[in-house]
Amino acid sequence: MSLRPSDPFARRPAARTPAALLAALALALPTAAPAETPEERGYAVAARSDRSDRGFADSSVSLEMVLRNKAGREARRTLHIRTLEVADESLGNLSLVVFEDPPDVAGTALLSHAKILESDDQWLYLPSLKRVKRISSVNKSGPFVGSELAFEDFTALELEKFSYRYLREEACGELTCDVIERTPRYEHSGYSKQVAWIDQKVHQVRKVDFYDRKGTLLKTLTMDDYREYEGGFWRAHELRMVNHISGKSTDLLYSDYVFGQGLGEDDFSTGALERLR
Amino acid sequence: MRRGRVKRGAGRALGVAALTAALATQVAALSQAAGELDTAGSIGFDLRWFPDEAAQPVQDESSVASATFEPELRWRGAERRHQLDLALFARWDEVDDERSHVDVREASYRYVGNRLEVLAGVSRVFWGVTESRHLVDVINQTDAVEDIDEEDKLGQPMLRLALSRDWGRLELYTLFGARERTFPGRRGRLRPPLPVEATRPRYEASRGDDRIDWALRWSRSVGAFDLGLATFHGTAREPQFALGPEGRTLVPVYAVTRQYSVDAQWTLGAWLLKLEAMTRSGQGETFGAAVAGFERTLFQVGGSGADLGLLLELLWDGRGATAPPTLYDEDTFLGLRLALNDIQDTEILAGVIVDHDDGSRVAVVEASRRLGSRFVLSLDVRHFAGVDPGSDLAAVERDGFANLRLAWHW
Repeated sequence: MSLRPSDPFARRPAARTPAALLAALALALPTAAPAETPEERGYAVAARSDRSDRGFADSSVSLEMVLRNKAGREARRTLHIRTLEVADESLGNLSLVVFEDPPDVAGTALLSHAKILESDDQWLYLPSLKRVKRISSVNKSGPFVGSELAFEDFTALELEKFSYRYLREEACGELTCDVIERTPRYEHSGYSKQVAWIDQKVHQVRKVDFYDRKGTLLKTLTMDDYREYEGGFWRAHELRMVNHISGKSTDLLYSDYVFGQGLGEDDFSTGALERLR
Repeated sequence: MRRGRVKRGAGRALGVAALTAALATQVAALSQAAGELDTAGSIGFDLRWFPDEAAQPVQDESSVASATFEPELRWRGAERRHQLDLALFARWDEVDDERSHVDVREASYRYVGNRLEVLAGVSRVFWGVTESRHLVDVINQTDAVEDIDEEDKLGQPMLRLALSRDWGRLELYTLFGARERTFPGRRGRLRPPLPVEATRPRYEASRGDDRIDWALRWSRSVGAFDLGLATFHGTAREPQFALGPEGRTLVPVYAVTRQYSVDAQWTLGAWLLKLEAMTRSGQGETFGAAVAGFERTLFQVGGSGADLGLLLELLWDGRGATAPPTLYDEDTFLGLRLALNDIQDTEILAGVIVDHDDGSRVAVVEASRRLGSRFVLSLDVRHFAGVDPGSDLAAVERDGFANLRLAWHW
């Protein structure tokens, strides 16, 4: 996903394709490899970044969202997010988002069983009725709980969900970044393309520009405060999405990451939704 | 059938209160030890306005104030293996003594094992997929003084064993005793022409409301399909009615019933196709009923961030004259749901249920919006139109209302 690797919704990488193998080969043996096309080089950069997150098993994290309008007025959301990496490479990850604040929606939960190129399976849990409701996930480009993030920004950043093109190398803060363009392959995406900055040191996404379906620059996401966790997994803890059209912004502040708690599929079933709070 | 014993209901209420106190003590003790204790809840103020004069002078109060208090206490042990839940509900109503009431919605202990879960105590359970009617949702009794939509439920004492396996989820329920449905009192609106003696019912079961009932449900999601099959054997949640001793009241009569049901949803892109169907015996002739329809979502309408849902459901009910009365013998529900997806979570649901036989209509509006971070303002409207004087709706035709509610959550 585009927010990967800090994105707790991140799916596991898709099966290695011949292109991925080719790219890996090209990386391993740069002098022996045939000349790379911009598409192959872009894919290789994205794949290396994606692969750096393999094997995290499961994670759990708190997220505070700060929603700001043009005048600077703030509203806050607190969520708890659990993710289970699925071993089968043809499937996406399982994730569970539980709302904690504001208090009127506390206990509301969203369960997603991600897919690679189809719509995800999603269930919403409404605690006031104790009702589990299967919902449509075909369109993920609308605002997520009033924020500047679309649900797509959390879930659609799977390696195989995009096609890639290498653009250039560029300084990004104290680091040097590869700049790649990625075009969504999911037909219902709200974006025509995205441009991502990935650093050459630890291969993490530092910035993403989102272009709407008309090709206009819509939003920019910056990802800061990367920390390395045991097992070599990197997570950004401060993210900011700015909407250039509306002037609104959303900050995402992640805290208390826990990895490898031994979560299982049963923890991500519809039956588990009522015992989450 | 014999008269139900009022004392028994009071006894159970005391039992539940004792259980609640014991749970609260346990929670307090455990919170000192390990795990997480979480408190939540709300206080709400309602103003209901009835534009039409009531059918009977005793009911004639055009605006009625009421207030609710709903505290919750939740404890989660280390690794969330042991869980305690306590949720109380209280309403005070300015006019109707029956609507002023207190209920234990939840007072339960839950053990979460490996693909196995045990719940013991008072709890609430929802089954079903449709929006206009909750036909298969049978575990909890309806708290009918709250609203006419049958979505408010009384806590049910139960022992539930749930197994999650590759073949789906299986839930086995043992239900301890039956709860009496609440009904508006003499002075309340939205009641039959004769007041209902809600707390002096008759039970068909020889043990009255102390019968132990049971239910079984299997559910599974496969790809785009969600399917549930269930059966319930026990005291009916919907009562029949008999005339009271002097013919001045109605007495609820609770039969022992068997119900088999299916609920299914097919999620097809932006379309949700839904079905609920059931068959029930024990209340006169065995009968069937069904609700089927769809919900279609139009995303980001008019270039905004709002989603618009279109709902259509067909309702059919084949029950005979001796079965509990229903408004939904043959009806169509049409609805619109607008979610602005804004910071205030503004939502509006508007719908109408039209009877195919006599053309009578029940219109419903439910709108809500958060104010700041802790207040929620909501407006609920119920309106009856085109009612045939001979129909079941005639008694409440003049009881359409608008309810404005402000609730503070913590």
